[in-house]
Amino acid sequence: MVHTSLDVVDEKISAMGKALVDQRELYLGLLYPTEDYKVYGYVTNSKVKFVMVVDSSNTALRDNEIRSMFRKLHNSYTDVMCNPFYNPGDRIQSRAFDSMVTSMMVQVC
Amino acid sequence: MEATAGGGCGSGPPLLLSEGEQQCYSELFARCAGAAGGGPGSGPPEAARAAPGAATAAAGPVADLFRASQLPAETLHQITELCGAKRVGYFGPTQFYVALKLIAAAQSGLPVRIESIKCELPLPRFMMLKTDAEIRFGNPAELHGTKVQIPYLITEKSTFKRMDDEEKQQETQSPAMSPLASPPSSPPHYQRVPLSHGYSKLRSSTEQMHPAPYEARQSLVQPEGPSSGGPGPKPPRHQASLIRSFSVERELQDHSNYPDEPWRITEEQREYYVNQFRSLQPDPSSFISGSVAKNFFTKSKLSIPELSYIWELSDADCDGALTLPEFCAAFHLIVARKNGYPLPEGLPPTLQPEYLQAAFPKPKWECTLFDSYSESMPANQQPRDLNRMEKLSVKDMADFPAPTQDVTGDDKQALTSATDEALPKDISEDSATPKDPNSLKARPRSRSYSSTSIEEAMKRGEDPPTPPPRPQKTHSRASSLDLNKVFQPSVPASKSGLLPPPPALPPRPCPSQSEPASEAELHSQLNRATSQAAESSPTKKDIPYSQPPSKPIRRKFRPENQATESQEPSNTVGGPASVATVKPHPAVQKQSSKQKKAIQTAIRKNKEANAVLARLNSELQQQLKEVHQERIALENQLEQLRPVTVL
Repeated sequence: MVHTSLDVVDEKISAMGKALVDQRELYLGLLYPTEDYKVYGYVTNSKVKFVMVVDSSNTALRDNEIRSMFRKLHNSYTDVMCNPFYNPGDRIQSRAFDSMVTSMMVQVC
Repeated sequence: MEATAGGGCGSGPPLLLSEGEQQCYSELFARCAGAAGGGPGSGPPEAARAAPGAATAAAGPVADLFRASQLPAETLHQITELCGAKRVGYFGPTQFYVALKLIAAAQSGLPVRIESIKCELPLPRFMMLKTDAEIRFGNPAELHGTKVQIPYLITEKSTFKRMDDEEKQQETQSPAMSPLASPPSSPPHYQRVPLSHGYSKLRSSTEQMHPAPYEARQSLVQPEGPSSGGPGPKPPRHQASLIRSFSVERELQDHSNYPDEPWRITEEQREYYVNQFRSLQPDPSSFISGSVAKNFFTKSKLSIPELSYIWELSDADCDGALTLPEFCAAFHLIVARKNGYPLPEGLPPTLQPEYLQAAFPKPKWECTLFDSYSESMPANQQPRDLNRMEKLSVKDMADFPAPTQDVTGDDKQALTSATDEALPKDISEDSATPKDPNSLKARPRSRSYSSTSIEEAMKRGEDPPTPPPRPQKTHSRASSLDLNKVFQPSVPASKSGLLPPPPALPPRPCPSQSEPASEAELHSQLNRATSQAAESSPTKKDIPYSQPPSKPIRRKFRPENQATESQEPSNTVGGPASVATVKPHPAVQKQSSKQKKAIQTAIRKNKEANAVLARLNSELQQQLKEVHQERIALENQLEQLRPVTVL
């Protein structure tokens, strides 16, 4: 399901030619009848895509919250990138990053 | 004293203490209990309460001790509550030990909870009261210098690890007993074995990184180790080892209270790190870029994820570059990891950049010196006193005969540490000790980095010309000499390189022109100074001319030198003409002092040039040998091939 959402994200990116920098894009809509979940997409300046899958039973995560979460994600990601030992494309093993992500998720739930 | 604490083992989980901890805690307990009788400033009711039970430590000295740990009052309250003393009403051995462990945990930054004392902890640190502690500091402090600290704790750490393994296996040995065994008559035999394991492991691991300093330290600690594990008279040994640890800690503590000794950088390590930093980046106040640092740290042969984690810890501002304190922290973490320490969860307080900058102001001072140098290019046109330059040149000369490895690095270091006597020795020592091949590989590469920057900087800086510090130029040219040795291996190449540079710009890339250029500078400088300088300069010219007569290169450039010098305007009336004026020189005695100074500076410069040229000579001869060998090999091949072709 993440892959299909990636396809949709690509579609969206290619769709908007004007605004090269799209800080945030909310994509709601991949709701299957059985599994309720929402997928949010976020594209960075370097075309790195963050995809967040949220369980719909968690009633109405507000838009702002999602945005702030993506912002935090983006910041942590740039911190990880600063590490010269990190090869882009590797699995991120930064503990600070992981702790930030888990704290974010815990906070939401 | 440390009798059965059967009454006291009710609180919480069983304590697993290592031997070091046992010694420390038993000593402290003894002190507190012993001080109960005539305790300094203990309240009378508490003393009275403590008097009947010899197995308890009076609250007074205990409170003093806890206060000496310099934890906030509420933390101490928490600790006393947790350890059960409040509940039980007195400090039995178990409570005391739990309290000590909690203190150690609190000092390490862990929350004050029972769970935190389950893991390995360094010893709790106390600002010891002066009364009895000082008495015992005398002897041990003599024996061991400041270097015992880390190896002692290295052994502690290793013993911790071993202890945990051993103790887990021998849990049936009633862990509750372990706090009691202050003369650990029960565990000593099996603990001695892990001790030796710890030492051997340490020795093998540290040999990889810092053979010289660490082995020296280990040899210091080693004789102490087996003795401390011996089942002889335990209490004095424990006291001795404890006191040693306290004294060492005290010596090095700098009135700070961090128990994480393995993460504390000693002076020597600091020097080494700073030197390495300089080899990568000549300006200590600037930073090392990520890629440079990556290459450097990759040589340490640690795995990439570990290096990535170390970087994450040390690059506090996440800017992708390491400043000097960040670099030192990263280096220290790498060193620790290579020695077998697990990497910490977070950057220890002693490794944080602010702490490092505050604790070691010397590099900052060097930074300012160096900054002022680098503003007007490193080691060049800073109008400084001649005295200082003389000092520097003396130091440079001292450095020259030393290792031939880090020429530019050493020169730079000699410069910046001009007024610090200790550093040049350290530099020469550091470069003299056998470093691991990683750093060796790093140096020649980085030498080219730094020397290129020097060269460029100097080229830039030469255009606003002719301020007094010409001697500086000679010095810096000396550093560029090595660069040229690197880049122009063949003599003919260097010869051709001499011709293009004009005389006004002291020719950069030419080792053999250093002398003539120095003479030219001398001329210009002196003539600017006094009119009589013209007369003294020829005398100095004579000296350099006669210096390396055997060098064919020199001779070839003599006519060129004279030609270049004759081009110089009002400086001299040409070489031969000025030589003729040598004779009236003794007649002029008014400016004899100035002449003497000038002569001395000239002598110094010439000695520098001498040393540099000698080095150049040796390197060229090495090249010559290599070329000879190649030629021999080629001739052999030719001979082998000839019969084939004949046939």
